[in-house]
Amino acid sequence: MNKLAVELPGMKLDNPIIPASGTFGYGYEFSEFYDINILGSFSFKGTTLNERFGNKTPRIAESYAGMLNAIGLQNPGVDNVINIELEKLKKVYHKKVIANIGGSSKKDYIETVKKISKSNLIGAIELNISCPNVKAGGMSFGTDKHTAYDLTKAVKSVTNLPIYVKLSPNVTDVVEIAKAVEAAGADAISMINTLVGMRIDLKTGKPILANIYGGFSGPAIKPIALKMVHQVYKAVHIPIIGMGGITDAYDVIEMMYAGATAVQIGTANLIDPYACKKIIEDLPKVMNELKIKELKNIIGRSHNE
Amino acid sequence: MNNIYEVLSNKKIADKTFQMILKGDTSKISKPGQFLNIKIDDGFKYFLRRPISICTYKENEITIIYKILGKGTEVLAKKTFGDKLDILLPLGNGYTIKNKPEKQILIGGGVGVPPLYELAKKMYSQGITFDVVLGFNTKNDVFYEEEFRKYTNHIYIATMDGSYGYKGNVLDLIKGLGLKFDYYYSCGPERMLEALIKEKYDGQLSFEERMGCGFGACMGCSKKTVNSYKRICKDGPVLESWEVFIDE
Repeated sequence: MNKLAVELPGMKLDNPIIPASGTFGYGYEFSEFYDINILGSFSFKGTTLNERFGNKTPRIAESYAGMLNAIGLQNPGVDNVINIELEKLKKVYHKKVIANIGGSSKKDYIETVKKISKSNLIGAIELNISCPNVKAGGMSFGTDKHTAYDLTKAVKSVTNLPIYVKLSPNVTDVVEIAKAVEAAGADAISMINTLVGMRIDLKTGKPILANIYGGFSGPAIKPIALKMVHQVYKAVHIPIIGMGGITDAYDVIEMMYAGATAVQIGTANLIDPYACKKIIEDLPKVMNELKIKELKNIIGRSHNE
Repeated sequence: MNNIYEVLSNKKIADKTFQMILKGDTSKISKPGQFLNIKIDDGFKYFLRRPISICTYKENEITIIYKILGKGTEVLAKKTFGDKLDILLPLGNGYTIKNKPEKQILIGGGVGVPPLYELAKKMYSQGITFDVVLGFNTKNDVFYEEEFRKYTNHIYIATMDGSYGYKGNVLDLIKGLGLKFDYYYSCGPERMLEALIKEKYDGQLSFEERMGCGFGACMGCSKKTVNSYKRICKDGPVLESWEVFIDE
């Protein structure tokens, strides 16, 4: 029996650790650091129909216990992802990968999902309706419940793969968006994407990011992520993939207590490329310490009376 | 997977400029111009690593030179003998030494000078002769002039305010003194690199950019090139002059 095993719609995971989209490229480059087959799965770099260069630099700024990014969905486009990136990936990775899909129109999302669904390497689609760094589309699909519902439903009708919808925390009420995508047929929810923020250069008086605003991530946002996962867990019946500032094995347990079935690790990978490996290795020790027999039994524990 | 390096020394060598010598594994470093990425401390205050180019190295010993530009480097400057640092290295592609061009030159500006030092050492050991032009803002910023002299007799210094050497920037010096070359290797502020590009000389340039990870994962430091885009941290920091595209 594997005491770390958890299950998501369409994917049985050896452990709940999933590198988050945008922090792990298309995976294969991390195999320089360790065997990436130890991961539960991973979510690849947000992919769009056509190639995107992204925003101007600087795209990165630091803050206490976190960082801002404004990459702007740089990616080579879905055809190149299928023909080049995934071909490289399958030489070093033998599990199913989660395809993070972005778009600037409903038509784009549908077309991209149709194309990526033909690849047999994909275990699920993570519908990114929460990227804060693109001008057209992106987050605007995830900040209105009707739009979120409509897009989820449309995408769901063109693929047999499970759809995990990635939610934005930059909304008045994340619960109503979560309910809307569940009603539209989403198989799971992943949350939270980054929080919009900025930094200003004190010498020049100008914003550090060329895009002015960017997405804030890292340990500083963990309490916000925990709270939102906790809220949504109470309101929906589909599984949640929790993320936001998870840095070590203790954070994983805490996020699962809040209601997550699996977790994504993002920013921690950028500071330490071995972060996910360390977390997977530490989990059994931390479970022992906390007297946890099986991880799947702790999901939502903080909701117990 | 041991990324821990020990500080052997950390001394000021010019205005706000420090030379740190570190003890630890150097066996994976393959080219001059590669860099390392330092975690300033264990906590979350200085959250991102600080990328700094490798100035020179030998077995189990690395020298870096950095300037205090913010709070992170200010803390770094206070490290002393025996302090341990979490460092990722080697990162980036580094310079490719060319044997062919007859007349080669190394052009460095400010804290862009350090990676050229290892390059000078390697070129010298391969019997290649070259000139060195280094530019600084003012006399108190100048460092490593004598060190470079071990590998070439042709070293020229420019300062913007004229307090030491030639008055002006490196290009003013090159033109003013009529230095001729077929191929260059450079590292320095973006303005200097762009000026070199505009002059249409043939060579290699090492770029700097705000980085997230430093090893190619986050796409934070992408730069448009003639054929595609490149990640400064992974596909760079050294790019060839023909491929660089100046984004106006």
